[in-house]
Amino acid sequence: MEITLDINGDRQVLDLDPRTSLLDALRHHLGLTGSKKGCDHGQCGACTILVNGRRINSCLTLAAMHEDDEITTIEGIGRPGHLAPLQEGFVRHDGFQCGYCTPGQIMSATAMIEEAREGWPSYVSPSLEGDIELSDEEIAERMSGNLCRCAAYTGIVQAIREAAETREAAE
Amino acid sequence: MRPFDYIRADAPATATKEAGAGARYIAGGTNLLDLMKLEVMTPERLVDITRLDLRDVERTPEGGLKIGALVTNSDLAAHPDVRRDYPVLSRALLSGATGQLRNKATAGGNLLQRTRCYYFYDPAQPCNKRDPGSGCGAIGGFNRIHAILGASEHCIATHPSDMAVAMRALDAEIEVEGADGAGRRIPIADLHRLPSDTPQDETTLAPGDLITAVILPPPAKNTFQAYRKVRDRASYAFALVSVACVLRMDGDRIGGVALAFGGLAHKPWRDPEVEATLTGESPSDDLFDKAADTLLREAQGQGGNDFKIPLARRTLKAVLREATQTEAAA
Ligand SMILES: Cc1cc2nc3c(=O)[nH]c(=O)nc-3n(C[C@H](O)[C@H](O)[C@H](O)COP(=O)(O)OP(=O)(O)OC[C@H]3O[C@@H](n4cnc5c(N)ncnc54)[C@H](O)[C@@H]3O)c2cc1C
Ligand code: SF4
Ligand code: FES
Ligand code: FES
Repeated sequence: MEITLDINGDRQVLDLDPRTSLLDALRHHLGLTGSKKGCDHGQCGACTILVNGRRINSCLTLAAMHEDDEITTIEGIGRPGHLAPLQEGFVRHDGFQCGYCTPGQIMSATAMIEEAREGWPSYVSPSLEGDIELSDEEIAERMSGNLCRCAAYTGIVQAIREAAETREAAE
Repeated sequence: MRPFDYIRADAPATATKEAGAGARYIAGGTNLLDLMKLEVMTPERLVDITRLDLRDVERTPEGGLKIGALVTNSDLAAHPDVRRDYPVLSRALLSGATGQLRNKATAGGNLLQRTRCYYFYDPAQPCNKRDPGSGCGAIGGFNRIHAILGASEHCIATHPSDMAVAMRALDAEIEVEGADGAGRRIPIADLHRLPSDTPQDETTLAPGDLITAVILPPPAKNTFQAYRKVRDRASYAFALVSVACVLRMDGDRIGGVALAFGGLAHKPWRDPEVEATLTGESPSDDLFDKAADTLLREAQGQGGNDFKIPLARRTLKAVLREATQTEAAA
């Protein structure tokens, strides 16, 4: 079937089997291999992308379900020479070893920082109301959908905390 | 994944018309696609309902809340009215899955998600739920996550939802539109079934029934509400045992209480006798033990899940102590 997708601001027309996951459409049909396939079952977060600004697992959804949606992948966040602050932070804080989980971590953290700014509580938030302070505990809970096989978690949390603070200071 | 026809519905009436035999609705897809990849579920037709106008959370004339079937788990957990008036529901939602999954998962899909029983997930294993009559791999097999209440000799699976447990404690009603276009409401107590001798029939819905909303009654005033979830990891794991509690004190006595349990049975578990044991009494550890005795009077372990019997007791007591501000007995 013919499917039109809006990816990183570009309109793409694809001829796809209805079974094609959004992740496979990105990687195999559009050559956008920044999004990774770890488990293909929604368990690891390596395939995390943004749909209309919200983070989702692209392996657990069909490309056909996302016509008219605004899709952002790691390629749309920053490129070599023009890195996003979170990407620079991951480099500075050693937020990775093999790098396989990294695009998913960065996409997830990008949306997570906005969720916290909108006041979304998490399971570890002491109160369901009021402002959210992104403590290490809050970051760990909110990022629990992104696994890192190399266990670079210390650097990942530092990079995210710094990016959240920079974002706050910029207001 | 087996091939299927993909149809996008633009109104509830077209959705129910397209959903004949062999069809399934797809909402967030986080459970259905997972199971289709493993060929545990093999629908011939998928009716995409994500374009339906069922994404609002509205006040009902009675002062309750009407939650559209497509409201995401994230939006529902963060909704100001839910956080203020139904905190047990926010907490239950936030305890489930991950940020990414909650952004996709919907209220309707969450209610109808299927068990996480390992044998159900593996088409090479016997499972009466996936393949009626093939036997139950979990009985006599690995059954750490399985039921201790309401199970049958045909199936000992548990319902995995956290959200549904909170909705059970809140006496939610499910609004359904049938294939004939007629609407009806089902109390959540009557939505899910016990396995009996037909574990493949998980709910009382008919094929083609579309969940359009979940209705919450007006919020109970001056209540303590909590959702306590015990699991194998600190985050991102299904409940071994969970308790949703809505409790009101009347002076130094328990004025009223609703308790629903996850991880124990094929459906969110609620037992009026447990609540009757507690109502009107002054809180104490002895009283809480009596409530646990009542809850677990017919509990049966399967070997791997025997630990759930004492765990359910301790989790219930911990929640009741917190709710009534009672100290543990020395
Ligand atoms: C890795 C992982 C971890 C998870 N952890 C947890 C957890 O800790 N706690 C928890 O509670 N859940 C957990 N989940 C499950 C998750 O909550 C469910 O997958 C989700 O809620 C299902 O909602 P959905 O909208 O994606 O449903 P779908 O996958 O779209 O649908 C599920 C079923 O419901 C039917 N359906 C959907 N909407 C309707 C409707 N409106 N009317 C009629 N039928 C409908 C579909 O046909 C399908 O049979 C986890 C899932 C994953 C993948
Ligand atoms: S417990 Fe139920 S779902 Fe699991 S193998 Fe037995 S019949 Fe299947
Ligand atoms: S590849 Fe999508 S969550 Fe693992
Ligand atoms: S850096 Fe290797 S998996 Fe995270």
